[in-house]
Amino acid sequence: MKISENWLREWVNPSISSDDLVAQITLAGLEVDEVLPVAAEFSGVVVGEIISAEPHPNADKLQVCQVSDGAEQFQVVCGAPNARAGIKIPFAKIGAVLGADFKIKKAKLRQVESFGMLCSASELGVSDDNDGIMELPSAAPTGEDFRAFLGLDDQIIDVDLTPNRSDCLSLAGLAREVGVLNKVDLTPVVVAAADVSIDDTFPVRVEAVDACPRYLGRVIRGVNVGAATPLWMTEKLRRSGIRSIDPIVDITNYVMLELGQPMHAFDLANLSGSVVVRMATAGEKIVLLDGQEVSLREDTMVIADDKAPLAIAGVMGGEGSGVNVDTQDVFLESAFFAPIALAGKARSYGLHTDSSHRFERGVDATLQEKAIERATALVLEIAGGQVGPIVREEAPASLPEAAVVTLRRKKLDQYLAVSIDKDLVTDILTRLGLEMLEVTDEAWTTKAPSHRFDIAIEADLIEEVARIYGYDNLPSSMPQAAVNFTPQSESKTPIQALRSVLVAHGYQEAITYSFIDPVLSKQFLPDIEPVPLANPISADMGVMRPSLIPGLVKAYLHNQNRQQSRVRLFETGRRFIGTVDALDELDQQQQISGLIAGSRDSEAWYHNSDKVDFYDLKAHVDALFDLNDGRQPTYERSQCEFLHPGRSADVFVDGEFVGILGELHPQLSKTLGANQPLYVFDIALAAVIDAKLPEYKAISKFPEVRRDLALLVDRSVPVADLEKVISEFAGDAFKEVLVFDVYQGQGIDETKKSVALGLTWQHPSHTLSDEEVNNSVETIVAALAEKLGAVVRG
Amino acid sequence: MENLKQILADALNAVAASETESALDDVRVHYLGKKGALTALLKQLGNVSAEDRPKFGQLVNEAKGQVQEKITERKSKLAKAALDAKLATETIDISLSGKGQEIGGLHPVTRTMERIENFFRGIGFDVAAGPEIEDDYHNFEALNIPAHHPARAMQDTFYFNPTTVLRTHTSPVQVRTMETSQPPIRIICPGRVYRCDSDQTHTPMFHQVEGLLIDENISFADLKGILQQFLNVFFEDDLKVRFRPSYFPFTEPSIEVDIMRTNSKGEESWLEVLGCGMVHPKVLEMSGIDSEKYTGFAFGMGVERFAMLRYKVDDLRMFFENDLRFLKQFK
Repeated sequence: MKISENWLREWVNPSISSDDLVAQITLAGLEVDEVLPVAAEFSGVVVGEIISAEPHPNADKLQVCQVSDGAEQFQVVCGAPNARAGIKIPFAKIGAVLGADFKIKKAKLRQVESFGMLCSASELGVSDDNDGIMELPSAAPTGEDFRAFLGLDDQIIDVDLTPNRSDCLSLAGLAREVGVLNKVDLTPVVVAAADVSIDDTFPVRVEAVDACPRYLGRVIRGVNVGAATPLWMTEKLRRSGIRSIDPIVDITNYVMLELGQPMHAFDLANLSGSVVVRMATAGEKIVLLDGQEVSLREDTMVIADDKAPLAIAGVMGGEGSGVNVDTQDVFLESAFFAPIALAGKARSYGLHTDSSHRFERGVDATLQEKAIERATALVLEIAGGQVGPIVREEAPASLPEAAVVTLRRKKLDQYLAVSIDKDLVTDILTRLGLEMLEVTDEAWTTKAPSHRFDIAIEADLIEEVARIYGYDNLPSSMPQAAVNFTPQSESKTPIQALRSVLVAHGYQEAITYSFIDPVLSKQFLPDIEPVPLANPISADMGVMRPSLIPGLVKAYLHNQNRQQSRVRLFETGRRFIGTVDALDELDQQQQISGLIAGSRDSEAWYHNSDKVDFYDLKAHVDALFDLNDGRQPTYERSQCEFLHPGRSADVFVDGEFVGILGELHPQLSKTLGANQPLYVFDIALAAVIDAKLPEYKAISKFPEVRRDLALLVDRSVPVADLEKVISEFAGDAFKEVLVFDVYQGQGIDETKKSVALGLTWQHPSHTLSDEEVNNSVETIVAALAEKLGAVVRG
Repeated sequence: MENLKQILADALNAVAASETESALDDVRVHYLGKKGALTALLKQLGNVSAEDRPKFGQLVNEAKGQVQEKITERKSKLAKAALDAKLATETIDISLSGKGQEIGGLHPVTRTMERIENFFRGIGFDVAAGPEIEDDYHNFEALNIPAHHPARAMQDTFYFNPTTVLRTHTSPVQVRTMETSQPPIRIICPGRVYRCDSDQTHTPMFHQVEGLLIDENISFADLKGILQQFLNVFFEDDLKVRFRPSYFPFTEPSIEVDIMRTNSKGEESWLEVLGCGMVHPKVLEMSGIDSEKYTGFAFGMGVERFAMLRYKVDDLRMFFENDLRFLKQFK
C-alpha cells in the first residue's frame, strides 16, 4: 500500500526523521518496499494567473500570454491549446529549474520574447497527464510557491504488508501502528453522524447472512457529480496510486484509504425494486466496470437488485449500475463481508481489486457505520445533496467476535529466553489496543480489539510482545542439545562421492528444468504419457520429465550452438512416471544421468582427436558402480526407443532393471539438430548408492601364471560369453581373464572376429606347474569350441 | 724409491687427465694391470734387501691403493658427467599441458547446497528428502495454509489438479518427518521447489534448504544464534545481520533475516536472505507433536540467492541455461 508521509503525519506525528520512520515501520514487520518522491525535482515554479492570451503573430499554434505572479506580469509564449485568460496555472519563472538541469531562461520564439514557461502536470511529475498545461483551482493563491501549494515536499511510502496485517491497509491502521511504536497519540479524523434531511431509503435484503453479516446503505439525493474533487483529495489519492474519476467514486476510494473500509456507490436511478445480497445462480452474467462480461458461479456472492446482479460483492461493481455523469441520486454501500466468503473469489475470475484485497484479508467488522458517515460528510462537502437515514441489515450471530487470549509468563519467557518486565508487557499489549481482562504475575488475559482479528492464540501475543520489544533487542544464543552421533552407513555411497567420480571424468554438472516440452517428451518416449501441469509457465514447459535425458540433450544443443563441441554433462534429480491420480504410486525416482559428445580429450598438442564412443560411456557408468564395490551391473542389449539399437544397453543389477546407456538414436539426433553422435546414460540413483564394506582376503605368496589365447568366433557371440565359459572351466586357481585385442576385418572370415585373451592363474598354497595350467587351458579350449564354436587361431 | 714416487705421480696425473671411461681403463691397465708399472715394481721386490723388503712392499701397495681409489673416484665422476649429458639431451618442454582427462565441476547451486548442508550436518542435523509432486495437505494444509488462505497467493503454485501440486517449498519434507518421528528433531531439507513465476529475478524452479529443530525449551534466542552464526560462517565474514518481523502461516513469531551489503560505491543496504520463525503450535499439533511440551524453529533459504551473493553471479537465469562457459567457472 502506498501512502503519503505528510498525510500520515496529519494523523500521527512522532519527532523522528523520515528515514527513521521508514526504518521503524520496517522493523515492526510492515516492510517498506520503497520510498518515492511525490513529484519531479523542480524549483522556482509558482501559482500563476493568465491575464490575457493573444494569438502569436508569427505562429498558428502558439499564443502570447500575459501571466501574473501576483506581483508582476510577464510575457510568456505558450503552445498549449488550453492556455486562456482567467485560469491559474503552474508558472516556471526565469531561473526556475525543472528536473535535474533544465533551467528556464529568457527566450525568443518566432521573434516574440518569452519570460518563463507554463507547465503541464507531467512536466512537474505530478501526473502523467500531458494534455496541455495544468489547470489549478481558481482559489489557488497567485504567487504561492507551487511545491508549497500542492504540498509536494512529501514522499510516498510503499508498504508491503503481509496477509495477516490487513488492519494496516489504511491510513488509520498505519497511524495506529506508528502511534504504538512511538508512544504518540493520534489525531484521527472526527466523524459525526450526518444530519438526515430526507426520509428516503431504499430496501435492502440480505440472503447470504453468513457471508454478509452487516450491510449498511444510504440514499443521498441531488448530488452534483460535475463538481470538482478538491485538490487535497485528488493529491492524496494520487499519492496512493489511485486516479481521480468523479467526486463520488473519489470519496469512496478516499474513505477506503483513510479508514480501511471499501465502499461502493450505486446510481439510485439504476436500481430496481430492492438491493439483494445473495449468492449468484450458476451461469448468471454480469458486465463489470472494466467492461468484461463474466459468467458467475454459485459460490460467488453478488449485490443484485430485483432484476439482475449489480456487482460481485466486495470485488467489483457492474457497468450499468455505478455512478456516471448523469447521476443525481446515489445509494452508498458500506458492508462487512466475511473473509472466508471472499477468499480466492476475485482471483478465480482473474480479478484483483483494492476492495477484494482488503475483504479477503479481513476488514474491521465494526467499521461500517463510521465509514458511511465519513463518506456522507465528504459527499455533502464536495457534491452537496440531501441525506436519507441509514438502512441497516445485520446478523449479529454471524459477526466475528473478539478473541479472549491468555498469555502465560512461563511461555513468554521460554519462547523469548528472557523475562520482560511485567509492566512493559502490559504496556505493549495495552498500546496495541488489547483490553486487559486480568493481569497476574503468571498471566495476562486479554481481549483483542476488533481490528486485530488476526490475534487468536497465545503465540500471537508472544509475537506482538516480541515485535514491539524489538527482535534485535532479544537475546541470541546457541541451542543446548545432547551430543549424539548420526548413523553413517558405510554400505551407502554418499551422492557427493558419485558426483565427484563424474567430475573426475570431466563432466560438468547441469541442472535442467523438471518440466519439459510435451513434444520433446514424446520424441524420446512415445509410449509414456508424461504428467501434465494444469498451469504451466509456458507450453514448452508443460509436462514433468519422464527422463533426464531430453533436458540434457537440450543443454547439449544450447552448447553446440555456442561452438562447444566437446560436451560432458551430468545431472542428478527426479523423473516422473505415472499419474497424479495415484500419487502414492507415482514414480518420482532419483536418477543420475549423463551425456558425452565430441573428442575423448580436449584438443591438445599430443594428437588425440579420437571421438568418444559407447565404451567411454560404459567406463563412466562402471566407475559409478565400482566406486565402492557395490552391486555389480550386467548389460543386455536394449530396446530403448531413443537409443541406437546396436549401440545401447539395459543395465541390470541382481536381475533388476536399473537404467540404460548408449548412443542417442541417430534419427532422433538428426531431428533435434545434433551434429555429432551423443552418448547418454540414465541410471536409478539407488542402484549406484549401494556400497560394499571392504573385506580383506589373504594375498597368495606364489607366482602368477599367464597364458594368452587368440580365438576365432562368430561376430554375434559377445565376448562376455567367452569370459563366462572361461571362468567356469578354468579351475580353482583361476584368477582373471582380460581381453587385450578384438579384431574383425581383412585377413579373417567376414562372419568371424578374432579375440585375444590373457588368462591368469595363481594358487593360494603352491606354485602351479606347467602341467596343471596346460590342463586347464585344454579344458577351456574344448569348452569354448563346444559351447560357442570358438577355435584357437593358428 | 725415487722410481716409485715418480710412477705414482705419473699415475695420478694420468687418472686426472683421463676424459673417458676407456681412457681411464687404459690408465688402470698401464699402472695396475698384470704388466702394469706398479705391478712391475712388486716383481722387483726380490732385488730389494730383505731388511727393506716389507717396507718397500707396503709402500708399493699403498701407491696401488691410492691409484685405484683415484680411478674409482674419477670413474664415477665421468659416469655422472656422461649421464648428465645424456639427460640433457632428453629435456622436454614442461610448459605443455598434461595428457588426458581434464577435471569437470559441480554446478554452483549444488556446490552452495553442499556447503550449507555441511555446516548443519556439522552441528548434528540430518538431511531429509521427499517427493516434489506433493499433495495439497503436505504442501499447504499441514502448514496452516488452508484453502483460499491469502498466503496461497504469496506462492504462485503449479497445479496438476486441485489437490496435487509441485511443492512450493521443501516444508512438506518437514511435515513428513514430524509425522513419523518425535522430538528431538534436527533436520535440513535441501531440494528443488517450484513457483509459477518467471522473469528477470524469478525462475519457475529453484532450490531451497529448509531446516527444522524441535526439542524441549527451544527459544527465539536459539534461532537467532544459529542463523547469525551460520551466515557468518557461510560468507566467511562478520556480517551485520538484522532480524525483522514478518509473516509465514507456519511460524509464529515469523522473521525475515537481512544482511548488510556494501556495493561498489560503498553504499550500504539491507538484503533479505532468510525466512524463519518459531514453529506455529498448530503445525506441531497437526503432525502429532505436543506443542505444550515442545517448541521449535524452522528456517528456509533460497540456494540461488546464496550462490549469487557468494560467487557474484548477477543473472539468475544463468543457473539453468547450463552453458559450459558458465559452468566451467565453478571449480
